[in-house]
Amino acid sequence: MPETPGNSTLAPSEAADLDAAALEQEEAALAEESAVLFEREDDTLLVQLTGPWSLDMGLPSIENLQRELETPPPPRRVAFDSSELGSWDSALVTFLARAGELCRARGIEADRSGLPPGLNRLLELAEAVPEKKDAHTGAVRRRWLERIGALSIGFGQSAGDFLAFVGEFSVAFATMMRGKARFQRSDLALTIQQCGPNALGIVALISFMVGAILAFMGAVQLSKFGASIYVADLVAIAMVRDMGAMMAAIIMSGRTGAAFAAQLGTMKVTQEIDALQTMGISPMEFLVLPRVIALVLMMPLLCAYADVVGVLGGAAVGAGMLHLSLITYYHSTMEAISVGGLVGGLIKAATYGVLIAISGCLRGFQCGNSSSAVGDAATAAVVTSIVLVVVACGLYALVFNILGI
Amino acid sequence: MAAENIQTAAAADSTPPHIEVRNLTMAYGSFVVMKNINFTVKRKEIFIIMGGSGCGKSTLLRHLIGLLEPAAGEVFYSGVSFTKSGPDQRQAMLRRFGVLYQGGALWSSMTLAQNVGLPLGEFTNLSPAEIREVAALKLAMVGLKGFEDFYPSQISGGMQKRAGLARAIALDPEVLFFDEPSAGLDPITSRLLDDLILEMRESLGSTVVVVTHELASIFAIGDNSVLLDADSRTPIAYGNPRELRDHSEDPRVVRFLTRGEQGAKSVQRHG
Repeated sequence: MPETPGNSTLAPSEAADLDAAALEQEEAALAEESAVLFEREDDTLLVQLTGPWSLDMGLPSIENLQRELETPPPPRRVAFDSSELGSWDSALVTFLARAGELCRARGIEADRSGLPPGLNRLLELAEAVPEKKDAHTGAVRRRWLERIGALSIGFGQSAGDFLAFVGEFSVAFATMMRGKARFQRSDLALTIQQCGPNALGIVALISFMVGAILAFMGAVQLSKFGASIYVADLVAIAMVRDMGAMMAAIIMSGRTGAAFAAQLGTMKVTQEIDALQTMGISPMEFLVLPRVIALVLMMPLLCAYADVVGVLGGAAVGAGMLHLSLITYYHSTMEAISVGGLVGGLIKAATYGVLIAISGCLRGFQCGNSSSAVGDAATAAVVTSIVLVVVACGLYALVFNILGI
Repeated sequence: MAAENIQTAAAADSTPPHIEVRNLTMAYGSFVVMKNINFTVKRKEIFIIMGGSGCGKSTLLRHLIGLLEPAAGEVFYSGVSFTKSGPDQRQAMLRRFGVLYQGGALWSSMTLAQNVGLPLGEFTNLSPAEIREVAALKLAMVGLKGFEDFYPSQISGGMQKRAGLARAIALDPEVLFFDEPSAGLDPITSRLLDDLILEMRESLGSTVVVVTHELASIFAIGDNSVLLDADSRTPIAYGNPRELRDHSEDPRVVRFLTRGEQGAKSVQRHG
């Protein structure tokens, strides 16, 4: 092997002074793995490529070559020697492509005649079309102020989109009120079934647990004052006024809101929505109306159901843990519930239904043209609807407080 | 009402072209896809919009059917501006179009008969039984007799396209638009679809606009065409595709229409 320790660099090993025994060991190792050796002849840098090159072994570092190119006196020509080269794959092609770029950047001539012909063809293929300068977009690091600005603009735009969507929906709703909206009754029935009866199981499970948890938390505190019987009041008021509607809303936004977004998003990707539009059928009437109506009709029912099951959950804890009699529990519950609270809860549920259905449909319509965009749309639908539901809940609390309900 | 407008306008002008595109500029935001698009399509003509991948052929089609709004310029149907018409008139004009989308775009929650029957149910006074009868006839016309109760996911890609065509011709449209009809089909199926397109033109008397880059299709069915060029972002040729291939002076046109075998001087690779 034509190598003198004085002017050669071993990669990846950085050993500078090698005694003869170590050198032999290195050479034995070279047969097993890829290496790049450098040799100077006047102003030519000879790059020797040895051993098998494989992507499995990782890409060799280009830094040694870079350092070699910068060592004075800088070479004017780079030649390659592949006589010791074993098998090779894209690892070597990548290395050589980068080496070529380094040489070009420094105005150094790269002589590739020493490389295998197949390898040269691959390199030519990669360099046949020059890099498109404006093709790299994004990945620009922006400063925090700029990012806050961009986020604010984005927020403003999405709020505008939401309002525009609500406006279009209102027009479609008015059309329906005049009896002119085009949608299929069977579609409405199917959606009602999906977001009503089919959701009863999960709503029952969650509200029973929430009722039980409320009772348990209340019991721990109230029993300290010997006021365990107020657990019934606590559970009844909390479930009926807020938690019933809230739990139903959270379940439905994860279950139905996400489903709406995914359905409409997929229809967007497969151009089914375009097909409706060019047929002169408004997607707003055909797709959004039945979904919103179904959810608005079903949410108060689900909420009432959640209220009852939640109270039962509370009663289970009250009877099982606090040894209250079920009759007493029933009476204190009935006393605690006010008509205003009950109706308020149902109105809240209907509002949440509108918010969930509209955010689901809006995110579906905004979906991009790929399968990952459908997933994003479903995620965005759940996030948007839960945020809106919580904001609406806060507003209702404020309004009901002022009205004294 | 709007239909009368179209006809009176047609009567007033001796013979306005069925479709006219005037100085159309297409843009996504500030990015101009294609500008200075001008062409006319005569009645009963098969007009091809051709060009390399990604040059904006489908975008142009989406402008023609109102799914995208032009950044500048106008589209006319029988002398009436489609771009500037109000929502009601536009609805009436849309009803005279039939569109076959790339993947068929059948509504996946409905059977084939329901897919074809939906426009009939929305825009005619037929009874459900009559709708089903007409839908079955349209499906039979595209060779899908007996498939009425299949769902789109249960049939092959070529059959989905034919079912999409059955839906597109449900209301006997005056203009039929095809977006890449042969994409994803084998040569024989795509040839059959070409024959079907010719058949529809003859039997329904429709004007046909086809977006495609399949040379075999272009020469087999095209009466007239426009060639869009991605580099200059303008149309570079207009006319009968066979004549363009044999007589065009522009090397870019000849190169496209001969798969780069003539007029190609160097290896050119575009997106």
